[in-house]
Amino acid sequence: MQLSPVIFYLIAALTVGSAAIVAFSRNIVYSAFSLLGTFGGVAGIYVFLGADFVAGVQVLIYVGGILVLILFAVMLTHRIADAQITNRSVGRIPALVVIGIFIFLLIQSIRETPWAKAKEIVYVPTTTIIGEWFLERYLLPFELASVVLLAALIGAVVLARKETRE
Amino acid sequence: MAIGLAHYLVVGAVLFGLGLFTVLTRRNAISILMGVELILNSANINYVAFSHYSTGNVDGQIYAIFVIMLAAAEAAIGLAIVLAIFQIFHTIDVEAAETLKE
Repeated sequence: MQLSPVIFYLIAALTVGSAAIVAFSRNIVYSAFSLLGTFGGVAGIYVFLGADFVAGVQVLIYVGGILVLILFAVMLTHRIADAQITNRSVGRIPALVVIGIFIFLLIQSIRETPWAKAKEIVYVPTTTIIGEWFLERYLLPFELASVVLLAALIGAVVLARKETRE
Repeated sequence: MAIGLAHYLVVGAVLFGLGLFTVLTRRNAISILMGVELILNSANINYVAFSHYSTGNVDGQIYAIFVIMLAAAEAAIGLAIVLAIFQIFHTIDVEAAETLKE
């Protein structure tokens, strides 16, 4: 009896279940908080795949950054006190049918494709090699990423501040 | 039964379907952004899983880091736009903010 498949199924269930709450909940606060489970579960899946640095980045940026941003936006744009249906959805049944068929086709094609067998799995720290590749092979995208982040920073400030004219 | 590549791909596919469902059916701008985050996460799972099971080097992980970075930028800009829409229309229902159509 191996333990790791059990842990994998638990993490996958956490991820998919939280994502289902995000998709189906009628209260936007529940949706926002269950994103925490999804992001945490995806970080766990990265750990399973031996991507320790990506898992750390996932926790830092998604849970620590994006989730807090989304919660801020939810709190700023809703009167939480009158929490009835804050999260309207339209056309659920047709969308459910289409998405169901879509997921079925995806899973069917995943099952029927002969995937390459896994190499012997070595769990080594990936931080060093990722750091080296960022400064050698991926230097230009890395620098572009910093420019994109700067532009996004300035753009967000310009968009979100109040217009004041005298 | 050992965990293989297909397991990760199925998790990614289900996550993608739920994200697409969220984007399609929600009428709340913040919820639509949440759906986009789910879709980006599912793509990241596929990147890391394929890099782990095919070549074994860290190319896919680096792509995943770039996607996470762009998701952060997208969330910041998107939520700033949502707040600006809220200041003008006093709602973030995307069907209310369609004055450009008229």
